Amino acid sequence: MADAGVEAGAAADAHPSGGIRAARRQTILDGIGIIVTAAGFGFVYGLAAREDAGFSPVEVVAMSTLVFAGAAQFAAVGYIAAGLAWPGVVILTALLNARHILYSASIAPWFAGRSLPLRAIAAHLLTDEAYALSMAHFRRTGRADLWGYWFAAIAVTFIPWNLATLAGVVVGGSIPEPEQFGIDVIFPAAMLGLAVGLITGRREIVAAVVGAGVGVGVSLALGTAVGIIAGGVIGPAVGMLVPERIAREEAPLGSTPSAERYSMPGTRLGRTRRPDDAMPEPPDSSSEAPEP
Amino acid sequence: MSTEFIGLAVLMFAATYPSRAVGLLVPGIHRLPRPALDYLQLVGPAVLSAIGAVAVLVRVPEDGAPTFGVGVDSIAVLVALLITTWRRNLLFGIVAAVAIAVIARAVGLG
Repeated sequence: MADAGVEAGAAADAHPSGGIRAARRQTILDGIGIIVTAAGFGFVYGLAAREDAGFSPVEVVAMSTLVFAGAAQFAAVGYIAAGLAWPGVVILTALLNARHILYSASIAPWFAGRSLPLRAIAAHLLTDEAYALSMAHFRRTGRADLWGYWFAAIAVTFIPWNLATLAGVVVGGSIPEPEQFGIDVIFPAAMLGLAVGLITGRREIVAAVVGAGVGVGVSLALGTAVGIIAGGVIGPAVGMLVPERIAREEAPLGSTPSAERYSMPGTRLGRTRRPDDAMPEPPDSSSEAPEP
Repeated sequence: MSTEFIGLAVLMFAATYPSRAVGLLVPGIHRLPRPALDYLQLVGPAVLSAIGAVAVLVRVPEDGAPTFGVGVDSIAVLVALLITTWRRNLLFGIVAAVAIAVIARAVGLG
């Protein structure tokens, strides 16, 4: 908690003239880059959903508003294309999105004292991008300025993602021969690129390589649906065999560096702590100012 | 217009929301055992790479067993993987993959 007080002081030093307004301006600037990337990626998702899984525009809108999780939505396209039954899709979605447990736990102290409905709504909007951007904002301001969360979750992520995925699925449906435009390679390139964004140490590398190898091998023997599940289950188990002393973990799940690397390769938000801080603390209640 | 997958979206929401809400709504319940947290950290890379690899390396004919195959799409995706790793930018990689596939097919490869 004392560290948070120091951090609040550092934030004030960083923005001596504008205070919270300067911090908000910085958050807006950080958000612009994420908006562009989220929109581009959302458009690509829309194209892939149309081309690989045959989603209609209304189905893509349902996915993007209800699930609202880019990697899981992309993965679902692959599951469906591979013929995986719905229960399998749901189980793998739960596993893939389980990282949000850590984001939720990490950000919860900043929502202390807020109403249950507000926290329930905030939970649905909690993504890698919202987590990374709002945590950076909280650290800059040194207080629970929830404007940063709503801006990150709604203006930067939810709206651009939904508009872009809708545009992608509509455009994708109007292209007669998608292969001629290379649209068929978007999905696998996105999947492997997202996997790269998740690799933060040797355990992840082993899990990814084994997952891919097992996935292909089992697919050839038993079918692609079984292969993907086998890769997703066996890969992590083998990855855990890498001893911790040589794992060289750089960004544990639930940390801001992890969120940055997962969501937007190349994005580096205003970090004020060491990369190995998995669970940053909220400010002291004594240092918390009322909401403007 | 198909609406079949709206039901799946609802189920996927039901599978996702608890992860997002548990820390915010039920403080303290998030404290999973360390091995479980470690395993969760590795699920993403494994699942996503399995999906990507299967998509470009396993060919599924309409009537027959899956076979191993490498083509223009595999090379395009490999280049995308290298660029994404190098530049840490997913969109650069995807654009490169699309460009390679389009050019290769335009000149009659694949």
